[in-house]
Amino acid sequence: MLKGFSKGTKVTVLTIWFLFTIFPLYWMFLTSIRPVREVTKHFFWPRSNSTLESYRALFRDYAFGTYLKNSFVVAIAASALVIFIGMLGAYSLARYRFKGKSQVMLVFLVTQMIPGLIALAPLYLLLSRLNLLNTLIALVLCYLGGMIPFATLMLRGFLQQIPPELDEAALIDGCNRVSALFRVIFPVALPGVAATFIFSFVQCWNELFLAMVLIDSDANKTFPVAERSFIGAYFIEWGGLAASVMIGIIPTMIMFGLMSKFMISGLSAGIVKG
Amino acid sequence: MSSTFRIQEKNSGKTRNILAPLWFLLPALILICIFIYYPVIRTAGLSLQNFKLFAQDDIYFAGFQNFSVIFNDLHFKRIMVNSVIWVVVSLFFQFTIGFVLALYLNTKFKFSGLYQAIIFIPWALSGFLMGLIWKWIFDDNLGIMNTILEGIGLIDKPIPWLSNDKWAMAAVIIANIWYGVTFFVIMILAALQGVPKEILEAAELDGASSRQRLFLVIVPFIKNTLVLIILLRVIWITNFPDLIFGMTSGGPNEQTHILSSWLVQKITYDQDWGAGSALGMFILIILFIFSVFYLLAVKIEDGDK
Repeated sequence: MLKGFSKGTKVTVLTIWFLFTIFPLYWMFLTSIRPVREVTKHFFWPRSNSTLESYRALFRDYAFGTYLKNSFVVAIAASALVIFIGMLGAYSLARYRFKGKSQVMLVFLVTQMIPGLIALAPLYLLLSRLNLLNTLIALVLCYLGGMIPFATLMLRGFLQQIPPELDEAALIDGCNRVSALFRVIFPVALPGVAATFIFSFVQCWNELFLAMVLIDSDANKTFPVAERSFIGAYFIEWGGLAASVMIGIIPTMIMFGLMSKFMISGLSAGIVKG
Repeated sequence: MSSTFRIQEKNSGKTRNILAPLWFLLPALILICIFIYYPVIRTAGLSLQNFKLFAQDDIYFAGFQNFSVIFNDLHFKRIMVNSVIWVVVSLFFQFTIGFVLALYLNTKFKFSGLYQAIIFIPWALSGFLMGLIWKWIFDDNLGIMNTILEGIGLIDKPIPWLSNDKWAMAAVIIANIWYGVTFFVIMILAALQGVPKEILEAAELDGASSRQRLFLVIVPFIKNTLVLIILLRVIWITNFPDLIFGMTSGGPNEQTHILSSWLVQKITYDQDWGAGSALGMFILIILFIFSVFYLLAVKIEDGDK
């Protein structure tokens, strides 16, 4: 498509951006395997005195096992619910034509313009009245509510690519609509469902501000909130922080690596094809 | 594009068919109302109250007092200017780099699949953590950035990246460019994949140069997508304090705050929820006005939806 630009330019641009993209993580990796007293040194390659001490400290001096578990529980629960409820809504928007549909679409689309940050204080007040402060359930509910609009639009994009004859056949075979949706359409839409699930999972995995405001007790902290314990009043414990960064990135990178192709078509279906 | 499903359910009365689509949507709509629209209304209420979390027995209706506190703040002007710079400069580079990368990635090459996966790296961790990583890289004394720049001979003496307000602003924006290119690559790449090959071939047969094909064929074809993703991106960048929060926490001396990082500070550190909510309403209103004018200005057509 771009024959005007030479191949050399292309390789150069792609290489520079590649290095720029991965450098921060590479640097964190090097920081994480340095012995504590060499953390601030500037060596560009792993050295023979590399150590996993910073990683061990995460689980010995800090309760990172618990934080990771909390994050996993919240992210998986919220994403699974997002998929279930989002599939129902997406099915309706993809298959039915009904009065008020464009208004419903507007309700979904306008949410994309509302800054999530303004919900911090109201949700705290709401959840404290429900006695759910300091619980993982609070986070699951808030993440679910926050992600539903986008996930529904994204799933709708995938469902539209599936021929309606498929659900017609299932209905004729005696399925009701809900079982047709989850038994027949769901497996066909699996790549799209997986992409949506992963996108939701990553958002939950990375969310900081709500978790900071809603969770107070150490036992219920999620991973991003716990990272803040490396930040002291006067200095930051870079070795421990770097090690936790490397651990936290493993699940998300695996997911993105597996699904990057579907993520690209899926995310744009959610955002643009409203 | 979507074929609408004809309703042929056996043994189902007409009323049930009319309500079916709404039953399916009900759980999602309830969640949206509770967790997105209700907070907006509550924020509007809070913005008119004197509401400090540490003084909960002293909550009263205060009219526009919170707004005047914000507008008269010593740093308000600086924060407004910062917000505009933050959005415009970040957006410009994110879009340009994202567009070029998307054009390159739209043609298959040896590692294109792997490269697409690598594009996602900035999204693999929270913006706050990415902010901390960049803080480590840009650190005035210990950071690798100065070492690299000195090493390749671009600078003679270390740049005070995070202790000087102008350099700190540059540093957070560089980090934001790094973070946000991903979005544009994904969206533009998906749009490019929707451009029919026949149009491009026809243009080539007509003797259009590749530059002409880009600006006269491809860009007009994906224009509506570009218009929409830029708008969404403006809103999103305005509300993305995570990086700043991680890198500078608004410092030195409040000089790198943008509106949304200021809001986070009001809510989490100052615990002045009245002022925080007023700030939230202010952001919401500005973005609403911007969106209306933007959409009027570009006159979005009902084209390539």
